[in-house]
Amino acid sequence: MDKRKIGTLAAVAALAFAACSGSSGGGGGGSKGEIEIWSSLPRQGSSKAQSDTIVNAINLAIEEKKGVAGGYTVKYSDKDDSTAAAGKWDEATEIKNANDAVADDKLVAYIGTFNSGAAKLSIPILCGKGIPMVSPANTYPGLTKAGKGEADEPDKYYPNGCTRNYFRVVAADDLQGLAGAKWAAKLGAKNVYVLDDTELYGKGIADVFNKEAPGAGLTVLGRDGIDGKATDYKALAEKIKATNPDLVYFGGITQNNAGQLWRDLRDAMPSVKLMGPDGILEQEWIDAAGEAAEGTYITFGGLPADKLTGKGADFVKNYNAKYPNNPPEAYTAYGYEAAGTVLAAIEKAAAANPADTLALRAGVLKAIAETKDYDGALGKWSFNQEGDTSLTAMSGNIVKGGKFQFDSVIE
Amino acid sequence: MEELVKALTIGVTNGLIIGLIAIGYTLVYGILELINFAHADVFMLGTAFTYFATELIVRGLGIPASSTLALFLTLLALPVIMLMTAGINASIERLAYRPLRNAPRLAPLISAIGMSFVLQNVGLLLLGPSQKAVEPVLPRTDLVFFPSGAAWFGIDEIIVLSVTIPLLLALRWFVGSTRQGKAMRATAQDREASGLMGIDVNRTISLTFLIAGGMAGAAGLVVALYYGQTFFQYGLQFGLLSFTAAVLGGIGNLTGATLGGLFVGIVAAMSDRFIEAKWTSVIVFSLLILVLIFRPTGLLAEQQSERA
Repeated sequence: MDKRKIGTLAAVAALAFAACSGSSGGGGGGSKGEIEIWSSLPRQGSSKAQSDTIVNAINLAIEEKKGVAGGYTVKYSDKDDSTAAAGKWDEATEIKNANDAVADDKLVAYIGTFNSGAAKLSIPILCGKGIPMVSPANTYPGLTKAGKGEADEPDKYYPNGCTRNYFRVVAADDLQGLAGAKWAAKLGAKNVYVLDDTELYGKGIADVFNKEAPGAGLTVLGRDGIDGKATDYKALAEKIKATNPDLVYFGGITQNNAGQLWRDLRDAMPSVKLMGPDGILEQEWIDAAGEAAEGTYITFGGLPADKLTGKGADFVKNYNAKYPNNPPEAYTAYGYEAAGTVLAAIEKAAAANPADTLALRAGVLKAIAETKDYDGALGKWSFNQEGDTSLTAMSGNIVKGGKFQFDSVIE
Repeated sequence: MEELVKALTIGVTNGLIIGLIAIGYTLVYGILELINFAHADVFMLGTAFTYFATELIVRGLGIPASSTLALFLTLLALPVIMLMTAGINASIERLAYRPLRNAPRLAPLISAIGMSFVLQNVGLLLLGPSQKAVEPVLPRTDLVFFPSGAAWFGIDEIIVLSVTIPLLLALRWFVGSTRQGKAMRATAQDREASGLMGIDVNRTISLTFLIAGGMAGAAGLVVALYYGQTFFQYGLQFGLLSFTAAVLGGIGNLTGATLGGLFVGIVAAMSDRFIEAKWTSVIVFSLLILVLIFRPTGLLAEQQSERA
């Protein structure tokens, strides 16, 4: 039997099964013609529950404007950057979405991505054409900030000196990792063990936690990367147990087997504190970890939906009225905010009467970059020069009775 | 020393489970020279059936998950689950492989990959896209302790071993010592000649698939209870390891599959415990390459000069 042939065949079959995406449009009509907004989010796999609510929030933001911004009819396409076979975001699919976006002259803004690793691929592609990209959920610091990730970050994402086109309405992990370390110290932990899932986001946030831990008064006993496709982590849990930590921190996402990891850690160490970042702040993770999720501490780079006030509370009310079956998840309000920022920028850019959609796109990019004191669902905030939000409030959540419960604001 | 023994225990337990799945690859390859890519997905359905069985027992009948009765009823479901997966596996053979038996060898391989995708999507429909926690019916109580007082192994490991080891031994006995087993070995050696000798080849092949499917179902139950989860992609995760174990042991050889499973399980546990978890698959597959360079037919290859 020829093994190489088997491999090729498997690859061909896998490609054939890679799924494509659906789309949905906004209604209404504007006098100046049609423009497009795309989102690129993982619409299959276990992130679907979360991305469903983000897509709903984007639709809600557009509908509140009756589908028109600055006299243009806004057509929204919901692109998928995941495959059914992978069950999570996929490199080739995200690159395809970005390349399709570049080929579409009517496109003025790209909302996404959900995963930082995916953003890494699409930012440079979109940057070349000056397509603004607003992410509701990427938190890896190196995408915008120098000195927080690898040496050539973030410049390598904006090649050939193209104008910075990437913005995010959520605070980055250099703040969340620090918040995690501070919270761990506040909970009385002294010795911590740090794990990550070896992906951009997970390793990034675990690195920050690792770096900030000594400053917060914590001793890091060890650092390991896990294989998200491994079948179990029992031996790893034994290794961690032997170092006798008070708290284990995991930087990573549900989709990289965090449920199994929690189960094996809990089995080996019934009384250790477990902490994770927003990558596991989703109901799917609790469903996977079961009993083992109880009592877990989870940080989030913002406030949960039910703690929002003012316009945020209005958003949650309107959202629940329209989508009673998809209650808001951690990033729902951020999806709404990303869409709101884009629509406000389109209105501002359209006021200058651009000649065509390409000129409008350039205007939108400039207007997003200049977003200042935007009064939205998350509060009043601005984008700084790097494209990061001025909001820095972090929240700590605890799993109780199979649900996430807001615990405290971490300063 | 205690650390080493503990890691070894984890490795042996995981290894026997991998071996139980690997047996299915090896049985089918032995008789048809077909790599049944759908095998690990049949196993995945076994974990899914176990999940539904425990949901029925705990939520449907209202028996507390921690009670002995819940565990007893779940173990009682083992033969039912084995029958179901055995039936599925045999139907796959009837539908997807038998019509292609005289086609070029690549054709059934492709239908095997196709069946694997079909089953994965069935799993996706049944279980949804994320891992699902199985009710904790398997008690985690530690039973045996090291002199230092640290836990060595518990009831859960004992139950896992008391399902896997008897099944592996029973299979060995069945293939080695019964009339049907003899028919299976004969069909594996020369399908045409055994047909001429009056062996019902189709029935023997169906039986092989039934047994392989049953083993996959048993492994499914053990994994769902011991690891505490089910997931529609378990076929990929466990399939890769158990296929490796089958190749490592010498595909076609029953003892080899078990040994290969133990090898993979122990190496993975040692690497997780003493090296670093993220290097584990690198280490496992590097060892596979090394073994195949020096013993291309695997650790315990069958003497099969007539095979390509």
